[in-house]
Amino acid sequence: MNIRVQTEDFDVGAELAAMRGDRAIGAIACFVGLVRDVNDGSVVAELTLEHYPGMTEKALADIVAQSKERWDIMDVRVIHRVGRLHPTDQIVFVAVAGAHRGEAFAACEFIMDYLKTQAPFWKKEQTPGGERWVDARASDDAAAQRWHGREAS
Amino acid sequence: MDSSDLEKGLARANTALVTVLYFARLREALGRDAEELALPSEVRTAGALRDLLRTRGGAWETELAAAKPVRIAVNQSMASGNTPIGGGDEIAFFPPVTGG
Repeated sequence: MNIRVQTEDFDVGAELAAMRGDRAIGAIACFVGLVRDVNDGSVVAELTLEHYPGMTEKALADIVAQSKERWDIMDVRVIHRVGRLHPTDQIVFVAVAGAHRGEAFAACEFIMDYLKTQAPFWKKEQTPGGERWVDARASDDAAAQRWHGREAS
Repeated sequence: MDSSDLEKGLARANTALVTVLYFARLREALGRDAEELALPSEVRTAGALRDLLRTRGGAWETELAAAKPVRIAVNQSMASGNTPIGGGDEIAFFPPVTGG
């Protein structure tokens, strides 16, 4: 398990290559989140990501631990960037390695859904109309909620 | 030190000091990111602390109003208004998270 919160960019290829050591791994599922240039109808020139140092790492570790309880997976990497970002920049990386694709896909989606609603990050956008804090989306809560009471498959 | 020793120690102290943190929109609206606070003895939960802070008026009253979607963490874990707090705790108030 490897969890990082950092301002620097990351190399997806290098991260995935670093997960390939274990001969029992048959699948790695990976998600990369990017900065969009349009959000809620406004052009976004820049994004600033704030977080709660200390709690952020703890919350991410807890989310990964929950995924390991639900699925038989072998390795997880999570990277989340903070600070100033621009459209097309990478924000977040989640990769899950397992014996087969089913649990790797499911755990990767679970980790992203929980990260969106449980990890203390906040986005502020710079738009032509000025700065604005991004509002939480009900659809993100719904995405996390659907895992409740659902057995790992 | 077990928890009963800790409770006795806290009971002896006249004031229970807590650290209160504010993030994102809340930090900007309230004009501060952190403060040390002496907890009045009747304030025993995170929700009671929120009520106390609201009595400061102005932005405190509007931003921490019951209808606002304020999230609370106690000692860096997500908490609710019913979560107990005491001396030495770190309590954070912030808007719903928007990472990822």
